[in-house]
Formats: sequence, structure tokens, C-alpha cells
Amino acid sequence: MTLVINGEAIAVPDEVKTVGDLLAHFRLENKLCIVEVNVRIIQKHEYETTALCDGDRVEIVHFVGGG
Amino acid sequence: MNERYSRQQLFAPIGEEGQKKIRGKHVVLVGAGALGTGNAEALVRSGIGKLTIIDRDYVEWSNLQRQQLYSEADAKERLPKAIAAKRRLEQINSEVEIEAIVGDAGPEELETIALKQRPDLWIDATDNFDTRLVINDVAYKYNIPWIYGACVGSYGLSCAFIPNRTPCLYCLLETVPQGGLTCDTAGIISPSVQMVISYQMAEALKILVEDWSALRGKLVSFDLWTNEYAAIRIDGVKKDGCPTCGRHPSYPFLSYEQRTKTAVLCGRDSVQIRPPALRQYDLNELAELFRRQGLQAEANPYLVSVSLGDKRLVVFRDGRALVHGTKDVQEAKAIYYRYLG
Repeated sequence: MTLVINGEAIAVPDEVKTVGDLLAHFRLENKLCIVEVNVRIIQKHEYETTALCDGDRVEIVHFVGGG
Repeated sequence: MNERYSRQQLFAPIGEEGQKKIRGKHVVLVGAGALGTGNAEALVRSGIGKLTIIDRDYVEWSNLQRQQLYSEADAKERLPKAIAAKRRLEQINSEVEIEAIVGDAGPEELETIALKQRPDLWIDATDNFDTRLVINDVAYKYNIPWIYGACVGSYGLSCAFIPNRTPCLYCLLETVPQGGLTCDTAGIISPSVQMVISYQMAEALKILVEDWSALRGKLVSFDLWTNEYAAIRIDGVKKDGCPTCGRHPSYPFLSYEQRTKTAVLCGRDSVQIRPPALRQYDLNELAELFRRQGLQAEANPYLVSVSLGDKRLVVFRDGRALVHGTKDVQEAKAIYYRYLG
């Protein structure tokens, strides 16, 4: 399926079915992230149950500490 | 029209009225590293009334690549950053009052400033989340906006948090981040710094001229090397039960239990540091992170030991650390946050 991630159309493998899978795919599962799907912020406890569909608009921001 | 600010006043959303407002404002800058020096210079050039700078570190050669207020002479003298910044800023604009505080930006220090000085804005230029969560608590307790900014490598992000208007940082995080990458572990390029400063300073100007409707209301992030950009509206994440901005706030990061506890260990030339929230480190991973920077690190099942010139940093699994080779608590804390974030 193809998702629009941070504004870019990106094809992801078939195994990616949920927000949790997507974060694991990008190796972000251990980073502190904020994820938005179709303009709705997904709470952390919803990551594994939130299914992704072709064309979904996903925004991912991860936190860093430096400054 | 004061010629000095003429171009800023010509910008319609600021104008003469906005410039007067800017002149009456007091901003507190927490941290005087890369983001701190850039924000400081922009704020002082814009003609604010007063700037308070808090920083516990001193200038080193590795700062000069991106920390724009410092010179080689400052690094040679190992001048405290707050002092070196004040000297340079006074050359840039003598009309602005600059207060330099060499010390920790802990709960007591920030609450004292909030109570006694009632500043108009806090700008985050720190390198760790422990301090950011303290700023977040103080900001919401005393109803003062603050602007988060952070960067590592070619990546950066920023967000303005406004009491009574937006959720707070804790609503977004839900938890205390466990360190990870910092500028001293992953490096940093100056354009990432400048980009975050631009986001912070733009929101700062809107707040200083009280143009609330112009605020972005989004958490923004970018990567200048991979050419990515993301923005997320934050108004939906406000939580009624949030301990900082919910209905019954307890401001947990201002409480005694949450304060980073430090102790100078007698006769050992060492300082112990205990982070406010205990962490769970994978020690082998941590040792590997140090080794990738060319440092000599050894791990056993209980701790990682890293040699840093004439000092040694020892990190325990729960985040507790010993800094050997110093009795100076501020220096030990600076080392701790530099490597563990």
C-alpha cells in the first residue's frame, strides 16, 4: 500500500497493517514519537489497533533532546 | 521612528505598536548553547526590554562551530557561557538589559524567577527533557508561554506551548524520554540549529506583540539532509487528567522527589547524579553508542564506564551516574546531560 508520509507518497510492504507496524518498519518503535493519521493524533495505546489504509496521510514527528 | 528597528516596524504585523510592546517584554532563555546563543542574538537585536540567560556550562572549542556568540578567546578562558553571551550581547545592543545567571536551571531557580520577575516568555534552549519538563510546569503554573526547540544532526523540531490556549509538553509526551541521541553523540550541523531558532523566534515575536491568532499551533519537524518536513496540530491532545495543564494540576516536576539529586562523594573526587525519573538502560547498547564516538567504554552487567580525558563517567542501569575526577556538581551535571541527554 502507498501512504503519504510527511507529505511524500511512500510505498510500504504488505506486512505493515497498523501504526505500530509502520513505526517498527521505520525503526522508530523505541523513539518517542507523535503520530497523526488523517489529521487525528493517535494515542500510544492505540498504535497496535489503528489500521492503515491505502492513501492515508500520516505525519510522524519524533522528539530529540539536543539544543 | 527609531532607525534601529525601522525594518522590523515596517513589517505590518509588528508596526510601531508592536515594537513598543516588544520593548516592554522580559524573556528568559534557559540554556546558552547553540539554540540559546542564536535566540539570544535575535531577541536582543529585536529590541526586547530585558533578557535573562541561565546556563551552567563554560565555553569549549567544540562549541565554536555553531554557538554564534562565542569566540576563541572565550574558549581559551573557559568563560561561563552566560557571562560570555552577556558580554557579546551588550556590544550588539546596549539598550537591552541582560541578566546572566551561571547555574542550574532547576525547579527552585526557575520558580524564583517566575515569582519575582514575572517574565513574559520562556525560551527552551536546553539539551535535556528533565529541564524541559520543569520549564513546562513553571510555565503552566505561572501562566507564562514557553517555546520548545531541539535539534540533532540534520533534524530539528519546535513547538510553542501557551497556557490556557494549547496543551502542554507533558500531554504530548505522556512519558519522560529516555535520553538517546544528543549533539555529543550524533553530531549537529549549524543549519539545523538556525532552522529551529527561526521557528522559535517567529513564534516568540508573535507572542511578544500579542498576535495570538498568528501562532502556528503545530509541532513542526524537519530534516535538512533527507529533505523531510512534518507538522502536527496539537490542540487535540489536551488531557483533562494532565498533571501540568489538566483540571487538577500537581506540577510533578517541581516537587522535591522529581529534582535531579546530586551529591559530592567525600574523598573520592566524584559527583553522584540521580535523574528525577529512573530509567532502564540497555548497557551494551549504551557502551556501543559511546564506542561509535571513539570513546573507550566498558560494560559489565551493572554499569558502563567511559573514559573522558581526565574524567570518567560511570552509568548504572537505572540512569544513576558517577562522574569521577571532579568535585564540581555543575561540571558533573553538564557531562551527564551531554552524554545521556
